[in-house]
Amino acid sequence: MSFPWAEQYTPKNPFMKWMDERLPIPRLVYNSVGAGYPVPRNLNYFWNFGVLAGLALMIQIVTGIVLAMHYTPEAGMAFASVEHIMRDVNSGWLLRYLHFNGASFFFIVVYIHIFRGLYFGSYKAPREMVWLLGVVILLLMMATAFMGYVLPWGQMSYWAAQVITGLFAAIPLVGESLQQWLLGGFAPDNATLNRFFSLHYLLPFVILGCIILHIWALHLPGSNNPTGIDVKGPQDTIPFHPYYTAKDGFGAGVFLIALAIVVFFAPNFLGHADNYIEANPLSTPAHIVPEWYFWPFYAILRAFTVDFILEAKLWGVIAMFASIIVLFFLPWLDRSPVRSGTFRPKFKIWFWVLVVDIIALAYLGGAPAEEPYVMFSQIATIYYFAHFLIILPLISRTERPLPLPNSITEAVLGKDKTTAQPVAAE
Amino acid sequence: MVRVIGFLVGLGFVVVLGYSLIVGAIAYFTEEESGPTSYDYHLYAQDVSFPSDGPLGRFDRQQLQRGFQVFREVCAACHSLEYVAFRNLTEIGFTEAEVDAIADQWPIQVPTVDENTGEETTRNAVPADNFPRVYANEVAGRAANNNAYPPDLSLMTKARGEGAAYLYSLLVGYQDPPADLPEEFLPTTGLYYNPYFPNLNLAMPPALFPDQVTYADGTEATVQQMAWDVTAFLIWTAEPRMEARKATGWAVLIFLIFATVLAFLSYKNVWRDQKH
Ligand code: HEC
Repeated sequence: MSFPWAEQYTPKNPFMKWMDERLPIPRLVYNSVGAGYPVPRNLNYFWNFGVLAGLALMIQIVTGIVLAMHYTPEAGMAFASVEHIMRDVNSGWLLRYLHFNGASFFFIVVYIHIFRGLYFGSYKAPREMVWLLGVVILLLMMATAFMGYVLPWGQMSYWAAQVITGLFAAIPLVGESLQQWLLGGFAPDNATLNRFFSLHYLLPFVILGCIILHIWALHLPGSNNPTGIDVKGPQDTIPFHPYYTAKDGFGAGVFLIALAIVVFFAPNFLGHADNYIEANPLSTPAHIVPEWYFWPFYAILRAFTVDFILEAKLWGVIAMFASIIVLFFLPWLDRSPVRSGTFRPKFKIWFWVLVVDIIALAYLGGAPAEEPYVMFSQIATIYYFAHFLIILPLISRTERPLPLPNSITEAVLGKDKTTAQPVAAE
Repeated sequence: MVRVIGFLVGLGFVVVLGYSLIVGAIAYFTEEESGPTSYDYHLYAQDVSFPSDGPLGRFDRQQLQRGFQVFREVCAACHSLEYVAFRNLTEIGFTEAEVDAIADQWPIQVPTVDENTGEETTRNAVPADNFPRVYANEVAGRAANNNAYPPDLSLMTKARGEGAAYLYSLLVGYQDPPADLPEEFLPTTGLYYNPYFPNLNLAMPPALFPDQVTYADGTEATVQQMAWDVTAFLIWTAEPRMEARKATGWAVLIFLIFATVLAFLSYKNVWRDQKH
């Protein structure tokens, strides 16, 4: 697909030949994730996470489809139907714990994937479209996860639905009507549950479609790599299969081990105890918190405490959405021509500050909305926006990058001078 | 252009947040030291372990049966166990005949429809039934309990942050309020002081007294013993598939580790003559 030296698909038997002439799906697979896709030879383990995200989505879809066969989206029965799955459906507990923890693992993997892209400049030309589609996927994942969290109809489900749709009520004039339109009523109820179930079933397939576009857009320029420099010739690449399929197989094994440890030995560790209490509109939990993967955004939402022209709540809502929207503009905010953080001494420092900042935001978002947590989330939120909107554009002007290697092959061989020798092209 | 607008937007957020921060900080540092809160008297759950703890933990069936006895003779007067069926009791070692008898003799009957007249009536429970509710509805439950509804216990050990240890601590934790307890935290009528409960006072009267039940296996029925047993029973009601889960977990893990080692070796083998 991407480079002229990519290996060509040759059907091995008459059936495949027949197929190739009529519907070249084997060729498509071969060119996308087979030997026909040349990949830089120097990818590190952080490049495993894209495939892992795909694996996580598949786990969610498969377990989700079976769960939907046993689940009842009706306000009076939803909670009991989840308990029915946990107790009476054969291996229902396994499906449900896999699906519930699988969502968390999906986010872990995707967050690492995003940080990988941020550090190695994978959002820069010519891969802006890959990045934009990635942000769309992140937004879709968030919507899907939020609606999924409502389905068990526990206390946190109910109050999360109330609070999150309540965010829209902060919008002037249309806010309240908008919230009622989203909920299908004045408060979360059967109508809410039904529409959330419908959308929760739909969106993963929309995500799947976006992933196909994401990969399509990626395969035109080909994968980025830890040096960030372009592929110069055949010696810089190796075929995806068998090299990266083998590496991804190992990565998938490690991922599944981690998932299994949580699913089988600490299945409720990532959840909230209150969600084992059935939804009760008359009793508000002491601390309403979303799932852990929303905590950084929740901290940003709550960081605005004082009215300033606009209501504080509206500021929070704007900032929370802006914290993701800003990612759409990243390719045009960071103008440094050097992609990889390895060769950007200043960028590298700020990048790690950002990582710490987001981890701090996550911690603060899970903490109660009290001082001194609020003050810390204000400081952390200031940094978050300053990083993307002020610091990155400035350092991309003032920074003096380190000298880049001439080619990927040179960078690879430079690592280990003793055995340096020209590498034959594949 | 993008960068200019971005810079202004960023500056906007920084200013608004900085303003919030200063206002918040002034309030925080000038705030008067407020009096003690209920939080100052609250105790974290005691350190207590159960046979089902840990990756290798299994239920002690003898203990679960004792726990069920406590539930039946004490807690069932007020609390329901909605998500558990009588038939499930065979999983903790009761025979089918015993379960038949337990269901048949359960003090609360289950609603049904008279076969001949079609009128609503009640009948004795059968093993296929879930434990019947104690009260017809929440209002009835509140009316009978000083306006506090005794919650269903099936999921209780998973429905509290501190889990089973909290339940145990709550059951053994009733005590006289400390002498320095501010007036506003003293229990009012119908409330009982218990520092393990987040509000310090709860509407459930102390339920367990020494020798309240007579264990068939001769175990001495101290309050601690009964609390421990009934909590273990409630761990089971909340997660009846726990043993299957852990056993499956070990099999899956061993398989995955084996497969991952193989995957690693084949990865190294495929890459053996590639510089990267
Ligand atoms: C006299 C009726 C009664 C009996 C008997 C009784 N309870 Fe309760 N229980 C209540 C009431 C009422 C509440 C609600 C308390 C409140 O919300 O203040 C409650 C609440 C609870 C709670 C929830 C506490 C919380 O964190 O919200 C647990 C756990 C509990 N009971 C366990 C038990 C166990 C175990 C037994 C048997 C050993 C038992 N109860 C016996 C009436 C009873």
